[in-house]
Amino acid sequence: MSVSDLSARETIHPASAPGESLNLEIVGDGAFTTADMTLSVGPAHPATHGVLRVVLEMDGERVKTAYPVIGYMHRGFEKLAEHRDFRQNLALVNRHDWLSGMTNEIGLALTVERMLEMEVPERAQWIRMICAEWNRILNHLLFIGSYGLELGAITPMFYATRERERIQYLLEAASGGRLHYTYNQPGGVKIDLPKGFLHQSVELVADVKKRLQDFDDLLLGNEIFQARTKGVGPLSTDVALSYGVSGPTLQATGIPEDVRVSEPYLKYDQVEVPVPVGENGDSFDRFYCLLARMKASCHIIEQCHDMIPAGPVNVKLPKMVKAPEGATYVRVENPLGSLGYWLESDGGRTPWRLKMRTASFSNVQVLPYLLEGTLVPDAISVLGSVFFVVGDVDR
Amino acid sequence: MEEGGAQVGVVDQVELPKPVKYVFNWGRKYSLWCFNFGLACCAIEFIAASGSRHDFIRLGVIPFAHAPRQADLLVVSGTLTDKMAPALRRLYEEMPEPKYVISFGSCSNCGGPYWDSYSVTKGVDQILPVDVYVPGCPPRPEALLDGIVALQNRIQGESLKDRMAQRRRDPIVVRHDGPDIAPELQTAEG
Repeated sequence: MSVSDLSARETIHPASAPGESLNLEIVGDGAFTTADMTLSVGPAHPATHGVLRVVLEMDGERVKTAYPVIGYMHRGFEKLAEHRDFRQNLALVNRHDWLSGMTNEIGLALTVERMLEMEVPERAQWIRMICAEWNRILNHLLFIGSYGLELGAITPMFYATRERERIQYLLEAASGGRLHYTYNQPGGVKIDLPKGFLHQSVELVADVKKRLQDFDDLLLGNEIFQARTKGVGPLSTDVALSYGVSGPTLQATGIPEDVRVSEPYLKYDQVEVPVPVGENGDSFDRFYCLLARMKASCHIIEQCHDMIPAGPVNVKLPKMVKAPEGATYVRVENPLGSLGYWLESDGGRTPWRLKMRTASFSNVQVLPYLLEGTLVPDAISVLGSVFFVVGDVDR
Repeated sequence: MEEGGAQVGVVDQVELPKPVKYVFNWGRKYSLWCFNFGLACCAIEFIAASGSRHDFIRLGVIPFAHAPRQADLLVVSGTLTDKMAPALRRLYEEMPEPKYVISFGSCSNCGGPYWDSYSVTKGVDQILPVDVYVPGCPPRPEALLDGIVALQNRIQGESLKDRMAQRRRDPIVVRHDGPDIAPELQTAEG
């Protein structure tokens, strides 16, 4: 069966008659051979983080092959971007990866700024960094909570929600949005931080740091959690690199790759960015990297609090932002990996072409390799720990 | 009613006496087993609404329905694409009557920011009946709470007999040689 066959089939198989799929043949002393079964996980399945559909061909409980069937969330982003001007596009980019709106906006804003050769005020860059790091923590908290949920632990989700709400209130105070901020614009951010924001941010970062310890205790130190994740879905560095995997999934294999360090944008070259690495690249290491990245983000936010200067936060834009003819590519570190925007302009008020390289798309491609030969419960553990957002896969 | 959907029993056949109806509806509105069809960004706000701060379980909405067959309420949160639409329709048909639908967010209301996209279904109401629309992109969790209360008020005031009678209408038959007409009209004209 090829992947094209699968995507052509719109509906899931009708349930077969009882016993029909159990094609048992008794051989020898009670052992039996089984016919391979096709199990369709999704498109609406809680373990796939959205509407990804994975078709598993199984021999008993063991997965023989896995095909991710993508496209259930395809909204035609890249085409729509060609019909919206550069400021309108900001409202679109924070929706393709709905857990990392701020980083996506910054990516596009940086792209447009580079095309226009625009100088961004110092303070705006620091504000962007603070917001991006808060957004990164928000993203990771949801993944940590839901990963616990998939493995049968409900409490981490409540803890994660508690922290998420407080951070969302903070970002809402600055931008007016809980999920989709649209706070950035070419040349800076829309308005300055509200009075008391930094004070609250300082308090919150201390709180969040203290409470991250809860997740360490609840999950990382938990014997059941370790049994479900250690040695499950190991990924080697070579394979990860050949699939283009990035972010925490790549870091778990032992490579300290992070765009913030290897190709600093904004002011990341002036702060210390800790990059956690794992050893075996298994589910446990991937999860560990996610937790450690949150601590790293807290550390970055603390440094930003000390270094943020006063001054203007944006430049005056013309009525119509027109990028000059040409093309550019900008990479930023999305919470889930490397995010790139390739912007090609013909000098008009809209992009001629906006191509995206998203982290989740590459991460999903490694799934067939990871899922091959695992048991079904392990497949859930792998699916939850290869971090992806379906909107970011399908766009 | 769709084939395979469970019957409620006698209460949907006759008009209940007013006090009985009141108690009956009061009981129904506070035990809405909810199935979240989380598609996109709005699903995150749905999770936030079920989380510790907003907590819609206190309104009697129980988000632990394992499958649509155990659910009374379907919350469609997020962008519905044409590829996904048959799956949603199928899911809706698996739910037992009486069933309610909340369309959560601009995308499922009307396409939202993807109103001009080639692959997005502009509104779930094109494929299933919607009881409450919650606007916003994404709506705040409080907006979902408001939508739930609106639905509960609707359930309190409704007559189950009328609702089921409405649902039992024969499906409209699409004829390729003329306008869409209901089957009874078809027989009337011969």
